[in-house]
Amino acid sequence: MTENFLLVYQSLPYLLKGSIITLELIGGALALGLIMGIPMAIGQVYGNKYVANLISFYVWFFRGLPVLVLLFLFYFGLFMFLGFNLTALTAAILVLGLRSAAYQSQIFRGSIQSVGEGQMMAARSLGMSKLKAIFYIILPQALRISIPGWSNEYSIILKDSAVTYAIGLTEILTRGNFIATRTYQPLPIFLTCAAIFLILTYGGVKLLNILEKKVKIPGYGSYSNSGKEY
Amino acid sequence: MHEDNKIILKVEEIYKRYRKEEVLRGISFEVRKGETKVIIGPSGSGKSTLLRCINQLTIPDKGQVWLEGEEVTHTKKSINQFRQKMGMVFQDFNLFDHINALGNVEIGLIRVKGMDKNRAREKAMEELKQVGLEKQAYLYPAQLSGGQKQRVSIARALAMNPSVMLFDEPTSALDPELIGEVLEVIKKLAINGMTMVVVTHEMGFARSVANEVIFIESGRIIDQGPPYKLFTNPEHERTKKFLSKITELYGKSVEER
Ligand SMILES: Nc1ncnc2c1ncn2[C@@H]1O[C@H](COP(=O)(O)OP(=O)(O)O)[C@@H](O)[C@H]1O
Ligand SMILES: [Mg+2]
Repeated sequence: MTENFLLVYQSLPYLLKGSIITLELIGGALALGLIMGIPMAIGQVYGNKYVANLISFYVWFFRGLPVLVLLFLFYFGLFMFLGFNLTALTAAILVLGLRSAAYQSQIFRGSIQSVGEGQMMAARSLGMSKLKAIFYIILPQALRISIPGWSNEYSIILKDSAVTYAIGLTEILTRGNFIATRTYQPLPIFLTCAAIFLILTYGGVKLLNILEKKVKIPGYGSYSNSGKEY
Repeated sequence: MHEDNKIILKVEEIYKRYRKEEVLRGISFEVRKGETKVIIGPSGSGKSTLLRCINQLTIPDKGQVWLEGEEVTHTKKSINQFRQKMGMVFQDFNLFDHINALGNVEIGLIRVKGMDKNRAREKAMEELKQVGLEKQAYLYPAQLSGGQKQRVSIARALAMNPSVMLFDEPTSALDPELIGEVLEVIKKLAINGMTMVVVTHEMGFARSVANEVIFIESGRIIDQGPPYKLFTNPEHERTKKFLSKITELYGKSVEER
């Protein structure tokens, strides 16, 4: 027993370094997904049919393939074919980010569509351009609505990040596996990996919950937060 | 009384069709400076579509709209220029839910007119005062009553200094006890010489402020005239029928209650 504790204690710095890499990976991928996902959602809702179709195709492609297939396809296939010399981390950020963009665009599209049509109409009736109305009226509301869905996306991408093990990214699981095979003690090591994942999931979701409360519109949706009353 | 005044808004032969349904079938009227036109008509007769055609939120299939002598339809100018001068008030308020009352009133000044933030704030506060809501300036739409929301939305439109105000059933979504405070604000505007087109079923209001009442049915103007004439002695049987139905549905107007 003490042996196991010692092993976990000794491996912890090494595994935690891996969790930094995991955080870099999902931070980068979520950011890329966000930067792409918002304009994609806008294009799908307000763009002409060619733009909307193109985006739909993108979403269909990236949502239709297992993440491992995408990873191999891009890392060993496309990136090499194009002569990109990318580190495993950069490649993983790109692949998970491009994929997350597909999912995030659908989160944002749903929220944009759930903002009442009257909001756009009122903005335009003041003489506001469509772009300004999207920027100042629609998005601030849609992004708030998106937070729970986005929080879900965070926890999914965190868990998906473990597949980058397959391209040799030295994230949590890769490192755990390395120790486990060397020490013949898989259980304590993988339990530690699992604990790190759970803590990261919990922490991220918690932070996003706090953000959601912080940006909540006063008086808005106060019923759903006092669920006990009825 | 307003005969010498110039025409602010001119609507000429407006047609609009949604698929197979012809919603507007050649509507024409003009509004002179300081006049209040009241539009009445059954549900689905095209009143909202007509108002939206005036500021081009809906593009009419045919016909022209003129604002202060300039054509709004088929214009080379940006439609946004015209819309600033045509304030619109919606049945269900459409306040921007994520900003407070003051923010709702100043956002057009800042983002459309490019006014400096401090000046916009001052002007927005002034407009809120005009509708009796300076105390509620920092409340969000979800924290306001329906009547207060509608008064904020009136202030929001007025802040842009419009030449004409378009009201689309401004009191239809309100609880009966809140209708009076909104009508009071609109009445005050009329008295102060604002040019207005008001779609409403509040007959008492129409009687007291309208220069002319226009009765629309199935996308056509059936009857029009000064309220005393239209209400007491309508030319058409359909107008008479509609008026008696309205009285039945809505009872006596707020003023007569
Ligand atoms: N955007 C739209 N698309 C299709 N039909 C519409 C649209 N807007 C209004 N209509 C139809 O036009 C008719 C008139 O509607 P509306 O102008 O809202 O009438 P009112 O305001 O007098 O009740 C209705 O039959 C309605 O269904
Ligand atoms: Mg209507």
